[in-house]
Amino acid sequence: MLSLEQIARIADLARLEVTPREAAALQQQLNGILAIVDQMGSVDTSGVEPMSHPQQAMQRMRADRVTEADERDSFQSIAPAVEDGLYLVPKVIE
Amino acid sequence: MTRHFLDRIAGEGAALNAFITIDEAKSLAQAKAADARIARGQAGPLTGIPVAHKDLFCAKDWLTTAGSKILGNFVSPYDSHVIAQFDRAGAVLLGKANMDEFAMGSSNENSHFGPVKNPWDLAAVPGGSSGGSAAAVAARLAPAATGTDTGGSIRQPASFTGVCGLRPTYGRVSRHGIVAFASSLDQAGALGKTAEDLAILLGTMAGYDERDSTCIDRPVDDYAAMLSGGVKGLRVGVPREYFTKDLAQDVAAPIRAAIDELAKLGAKVVEVSLPNQHLSVAAYYVIAPAEASSNLSRYDGVRYGYRAPEYADLNDMYRKTRAQGFGPEVKRRVLIGTYVLSHGYYDAYYVQAQKIRRLIANDFIAAFRDCDLIVGPAAPSVAFDLGSKATDPVQMYLDDLYTIPINLAGLPGLSIPCGFGNKGRPVGLQVVGNYFDEARMLRAAHAFQQATDWHTRVPKGFE
Repeated sequence: MLSLEQIARIADLARLEVTPREAAALQQQLNGILAIVDQMGSVDTSGVEPMSHPQQAMQRMRADRVTEADERDSFQSIAPAVEDGLYLVPKVIE
Repeated sequence: MTRHFLDRIAGEGAALNAFITIDEAKSLAQAKAADARIARGQAGPLTGIPVAHKDLFCAKDWLTTAGSKILGNFVSPYDSHVIAQFDRAGAVLLGKANMDEFAMGSSNENSHFGPVKNPWDLAAVPGGSSGGSAAAVAARLAPAATGTDTGGSIRQPASFTGVCGLRPTYGRVSRHGIVAFASSLDQAGALGKTAEDLAILLGTMAGYDERDSTCIDRPVDDYAAMLSGGVKGLRVGVPREYFTKDLAQDVAAPIRAAIDELAKLGAKVVEVSLPNQHLSVAAYYVIAPAEASSNLSRYDGVRYGYRAPEYADLNDMYRKTRAQGFGPEVKRRVLIGTYVLSHGYYDAYYVQAQKIRRLIANDFIAAFRDCDLIVGPAAPSVAFDLGSKATDPVQMYLDDLYTIPINLAGLPGLSIPCGFGNKGRPVGLQVVGNYFDEARMLRAAHAFQQATDWHTRVPKGFE
């Protein structure tokens, strides 16, 4: 089951701010989910191939040619902050 | 026709909160264009027909929110493949239907835009996550709707609202332009009043799209032409694991009656077994959140959508944007997903779940040697009261036990109304087909609807 420390670490990985009060409530709920999930632990799956795609499809390949049009203006028209075709975010490098 | 439905949405339908976005001007303009097409003699079966679209289908120049604050201002710059298919067919985009945020939920109580009410009982949930789509069709606010089904999100709300809902085989319909939840489980589908409606809708939605690399290149059956033929000699499998003490009596009775009806129509009912059925919820609540945690990592406030108004630095911007933009259910699933994929836990959780997924799929493949279709309930109860599961949101997960295995296996499934349970709330019969066998599923549903009239019932106040 998850400790508050683990929850803080997972929240960090998920880039999700979690206050200490939220963390306490989350701990109960997440451990509730893990209790359901832990039913899997008792099953013997030795020799079973993991399944990731229902039809075992393989990734299709295509020729390495440009096929899409430049729609940057359209796509950037809905951005929070843009300038000269660049997306603006808080400075990262000091 | 579009005017008629827009008026109903604003009038009788207002109490249901089934829609997030309505744009009368845009819809009526499409209707006008459809009229012109009809006048030119170039109409198809869907030309001029208004369709409600679950709000996670990107539609060019329409707000596409996925029921979330984090996309609350997202006006899509492009059409999803499904919207483009309907557009080509001349259908009218009636509005964007309300839904559980990022398709995570079974009650449509997780929407940033408020819960949807069940037209059969305003104190009840319509089911989820395609709750708005289902409520709209049930209340006759729209003749048809699209939805998506990752763990039952079309079939369960169809069951709760007494309409027909179809989830096609994984790979049958392109997921390009659909806001992604769990990419190996998501599939777009349709809701309508009859099996015939579903056949027409599926025919429009299905087909190869090279922009979805999981979309299968396979000819589309003429589902509408294949509806007649009945069920004589069809082997209908009933899994012995379905009728347990967890299945409400007021659901079990109409389901058994529906199976008897199929037998009366000439089907051969056989008992089958899905021995690993009980592991499906556990496996799903590892795989789906894991894939969601990856898919939802793109919502960072940089290129589109909500950005937190105040932050100390870039990392803080990400953390606050996502904390403020995502609802509680989404956060739970992103956190669980992140955990089960993290170093040291990946094998015990994610890989183990993928192996159990294989066992569940194998169960179906084995069962389909002895039958052509599998039938049973779509949900263990009728629609529950709004707010009744708020104290323990995790308990709602257990109710997905009939629908989830189908998503894990990638099979097609549908739900059609087959009666009523307690408080006059609808009950749905789930029909599951083999891979790409939608035509046979629809044929059985159609035969059932020729002999019964559950699908013609309309909730009081919405006639």
